[in-house]
Amino acid sequence: MTRAASGTSRELMKGNEAICVGAIAAGCRFYYGYPITPQNDIPEYMAAHLPPIGGMFLQAESEVATINFLLGTSAAGKRVMTSSSGPGISLMQEGLSYMAGHELPAVIVNISRSGPGLGGIAPSQGDYFQAVKGGGHGGYRMPVLAPHSVQEMYSLTMRAFDLSDKYRNPAMILGDAVIGQMKEPFVPTPYLPTVSAEKPWALTGCAGRERRIVKSLYLKDDEIEVHNWKLHRKYTTMQEEEVLCESYCMDGARVVIVSFGTAARISKTAIQVARGEGIPVGMLRPVTLFPFPSREVNEAAGVADAILVIEMNTGQMLEDVRMSTRHHDKIRFLGKPCAIPTPEEILQEIRRLAGEIGVQPVRMR
Amino acid sequence: MNDKGKETFPREVFSRPRSLVDVRTHYCPGCHHGIAHRILAETIDRFDLREKTVGVAPVGCAVLMYDYIDVDFAEAPHGRAPAVATGVKRAHPDRFVFTYQGDGDLAAIGTSEIIHAANRGENITVLFINNTTYGMTGGQMAPTTMLGQKTATSPYGREFRNDGYPIRVAELLATIEGTAYSARVATSTPAQIRKAKEAVRKAFDMQIREVGFSIVEFLSTCPTNWGMKPLDAQKRVLGEISGYFPLGVYKERIQADFV
Repeated sequence: MTRAASGTSRELMKGNEAICVGAIAAGCRFYYGYPITPQNDIPEYMAAHLPPIGGMFLQAESEVATINFLLGTSAAGKRVMTSSSGPGISLMQEGLSYMAGHELPAVIVNISRSGPGLGGIAPSQGDYFQAVKGGGHGGYRMPVLAPHSVQEMYSLTMRAFDLSDKYRNPAMILGDAVIGQMKEPFVPTPYLPTVSAEKPWALTGCAGRERRIVKSLYLKDDEIEVHNWKLHRKYTTMQEEEVLCESYCMDGARVVIVSFGTAARISKTAIQVARGEGIPVGMLRPVTLFPFPSREVNEAAGVADAILVIEMNTGQMLEDVRMSTRHHDKIRFLGKPCAIPTPEEILQEIRRLAGEIGVQPVRMR
Repeated sequence: MNDKGKETFPREVFSRPRSLVDVRTHYCPGCHHGIAHRILAETIDRFDLREKTVGVAPVGCAVLMYDYIDVDFAEAPHGRAPAVATGVKRAHPDRFVFTYQGDGDLAAIGTSEIIHAANRGENITVLFINNTTYGMTGGQMAPTTMLGQKTATSPYGREFRNDGYPIRVAELLATIEGTAYSARVATSTPAQIRKAKEAVRKAFDMQIREVGFSIVEFLSTCPTNWGMKPLDAQKRVLGEISGYFPLGVYKERIQADFV
């Protein structure tokens, strides 16, 4: 057993590797993938670490095949994961829609890159819409978790496995090149399962039981209508029960930043400096992008003077913030589609907003 | 009970295979899916595999085959059945895993998945139904559509300068190293059906002995979309179609490479 698996000490790892350690800790023994930057550390780690513990690593011929390997292994009742980046995640959308329709769990990691098309490999949060609105056809949702530290790359991966099993639905980790590539210490806490390992729907051969069929085709009468309402109830339950949101420096905050992932991580630095200057600024950090913390955002918008949405895109989560509250006049946006906002840029915007709402900065010695 | 009758028929000579569900099918009159299904069910029974089999259904007319074959089933996206089967087989190497795919599914949209499953020597069995058209969607041109054949999307007949040539899958996959068994059969005469059963039995045997990827291509009919009476459809298979798609065994490994 590695020290990482024992949960007794701190590890220094890349975010991408922490995802792998979390997946293995959560009992995932099947990984399929296809090379794409900036997530190659994940398949490379799994290729090295899964076979020695009796696991299965298989490199697919495409992301289209990858997601269907997942579909098969998930239908067979096993925990399974893949990872990719924008263009590859796009190719998986057909399979993701099928898995949502088939009600099959799996964890899909998107270490996203910038821009439509081939874009670039710079960090970006441009895949927000695709992740949280159901990127494939037919109208489905999946839990989307947005880590902002290596610690969360580890722990949210374990959470993603439990969520996907609990709801029999794919779950996504949405990271980016910064969180994926940066190294920092994390504590590999033990995996404590929150769901039963039983899968009474899995395809294992029908020995001593009726045959099982895993499908999403419903042709008779109103079967597909009934199936879609059933799926919808799952998404509603997720919204009621699975929201994760960090409140950071929210005591007396009159300027409230809403950001996730790397943007939130950088915002924390700016918030620390601004607080030092006496500016009452805090942050709501959605950890689950779906379900979105609408209640938290709405409450904050009611109290604060300004809501500053910061994203590494041109304004995607911004729409969910707007839908969460009627206080549209308070909402501001700072975004960069293909680059990391610097703490200075964020700080400048915080100071400008503080002036706008009549807060006088108090310069500390 | 009539004792005399008992003497005349002392044993059951024909019955429904255990693995074939006793329901009416949705297939058209003269379609060969029913024959292929029966051969599949008989072979599952012959190897006593019903309780350790996972089937993967395609998109096309045979998507509903899980209504007829009494084993665990997963439904695959169009063309992806070999990838889904790969995922099942990797999770349960001791289960018997098969796909059943039409020509649009396997030879058009699923070309990548079938070639790479074969190339990995994925230990699965594929039943490939080639009826030279897309049946479910209303008779459009398939990659296996014959030159000159009129379909819903080749109303003037398939023309090679525009649409290329009918693709010979059994031969193509036989060239791939990971393929253990590749054969083309037809089911238009009792003799052909006997040979088809033998081919499916060998394909199953390859998987059971872990020799590798096995595929049996069936030359089938689609009287509805061909605009033919069932008997004329049989004649088309026996003549024109098997002229271009010769029947035979294209590859048969004796044992796995790694043994």
